[in-house]
Amino acid sequence: MLRYVVRRIAWAIPTLLLVTFLVYVALRLGTNPVNSYLRSNPRASAEKIAQYKELNGLGSNYVTGYWGWLKHYVTLDWPRSIKGSREVLPALKDALANSLRLGAAATVVGVVIGLGIGVFAALRPGGRRDVTVNTAAFIGISIPPYISAILLQLLFAVYWSRWFGHTLFPTSGVYPPGHSGFNAVLMAKHMALPMIVVAIQIIAVYSRYMRSSLLDVMNSDYMRTARSKGISESQILIRHGMRNALIPVVTIAALDVGSIVGGLIITENIFDYPGMGLYFLRAFNDGDFPLMMPWMVLIVASILLFNLIADVTYAWLDPRIRLE
Amino acid sequence: MRSSRIIHIGCCAFADYGTVRGQSVGAKASELFLAAQKIAWLGTDDIGRDIYSRLIYGIRVSLIIGLASAIISVAVGCVVGAVAGFRGGLFDDVVMRITDLFLAFPFLVALLVVRNMLGALSWLSPIIGNSGSIRFIIFLLAIFGWMGVARIVRGQVLSLKEREFIEASRAVGASRRYIILRHLLPNSIGPIMVALTFSVVGAIIGEATLSFFGYGPQAGAGTTSLGLLVGAAKGAVQTGFWWMAVFPCAALVIISLCINFIGDALRDATDPRLEMGQ
Repeated sequence: MLRYVVRRIAWAIPTLLLVTFLVYVALRLGTNPVNSYLRSNPRASAEKIAQYKELNGLGSNYVTGYWGWLKHYVTLDWPRSIKGSREVLPALKDALANSLRLGAAATVVGVVIGLGIGVFAALRPGGRRDVTVNTAAFIGISIPPYISAILLQLLFAVYWSRWFGHTLFPTSGVYPPGHSGFNAVLMAKHMALPMIVVAIQIIAVYSRYMRSSLLDVMNSDYMRTARSKGISESQILIRHGMRNALIPVVTIAALDVGSIVGGLIITENIFDYPGMGLYFLRAFNDGDFPLMMPWMVLIVASILLFNLIADVTYAWLDPRIRLE
Repeated sequence: MRSSRIIHIGCCAFADYGTVRGQSVGAKASELFLAAQKIAWLGTDDIGRDIYSRLIYGIRVSLIIGLASAIISVAVGCVVGAVAGFRGGLFDDVVMRITDLFLAFPFLVALLVVRNMLGALSWLSPIIGNSGSIRFIIFLLAIFGWMGVARIVRGQVLSLKEREFIEASRAVGASRRYIILRHLLPNSIGPIMVALTFSVVGAIIGEATLSFFGYGPQAGAGTTSLGLLVGAAKGAVQTGFWWMAVFPCAALVIISLCINFIGDALRDATDPRLEMGQ
């Protein structure tokens, strides 16, 4: 087992380097970092420009340029952002903390409700509630996150206060403007709407996974054996059914980070929530190379990490994979 | 659902006759931001254009983008998937690694970065147009669309190629190309059709997402699209012009639902395994 994990980690590092190199080339080609620097700082001296190029590894050659960027990156000697010359690391940390809070809350709520609904539907396959759940999940999958975001925003930003005379859920930011310090209630209120938007997607996807996975398990032989031994139906469901049905769902969950990040980008942008998504879109709009590269590295690394976790869990559950 | 789809397509095909007023009539102050009413069924927007007419034209563009890029991506995906599955080896490994990578990456980020990259490569622009054009968006979405199809076709080919009739065909001396074109692809037509319908939805939503963030087809070219309309809704929400948000959103959801239902029904019809599970 340990050898398997070590081998997977040994593979992940070259992959990370290769992917970040590709991202580096794509960003350099696409956003033209030197031009966007000059656009934001039109009166920069030749010295400053040279320093900017050096720190970001924007030499003539892609390979040596990437190497130069990597050296500065690894030693945490990160260049400042193009616009406003901000420190990148604190900005990234803030964004990550906000996003993790939102993403974690949405994932927990979404997975719990989604799995519950999936089980609920699978208990009577083909019945009325199964059909209802299936149709609802289908509609949920077909609605892109910005649609539900816009409609929720319309409802709560405009009509709720018009109908009831007070705002229930604010529709932008983490805190009201001018607020300082920590306040859990305010924070939760601000997070509610974006969380619902992301959670809808998760619920729709996971209820379908869970339903089909549980249906597979319910038809298997060991379930019949358990039933013939006279164990009660609820015991069978919890001890045998749920346990085995969760295995494929867990591995899929670990592979699903990319789509959750994608949902976060859209949602955060609409609700003005200062997380990773808003960070990226702002940086992308400004062509801000020093801000974008660390973001990309972080995302690629977390995707690889979750892939690794999925592989390891799978190998742990199914010994045949380790020996391949 | 099917009849509503026919109505949709009908409205879009005959847009020039069905729309109340064209893209834009001269703006009169009295016609800005009208709620849904008799002269404008679905209301008017910030410069007095009828939203119903804009929707019809927008759906037209969105359907063209969806169909065109789905057809391209299915064609490419079939070839790549069939060859990768049939030959195996290094080609298979490389293609599947790339596919895994792109499918794991957040779709929107990959789309934005590649969009900018393609737009910056000036030698490509005679083929795919400049980055604000519809042609460009079609190609861009096709670049990401083929991977899912390739994966499905590859899986199908992997299971088919061990069957006896392929072996028989090989035994009588059929070439690799012949086997792929005459046996493997026709036998996977069911999953391919399903993939086609789902990639139409994928492309329509992809276009809408890009436009929503202002990176889709540019409005200046005399076009509108569902994405642009939904994007315009973003600005109208805070001021409470509900019709500008609700109708384009509803149109997008209905279209994607309809095509998804078709795909789902096709899958039920062509996949024998599903019947046993139910």
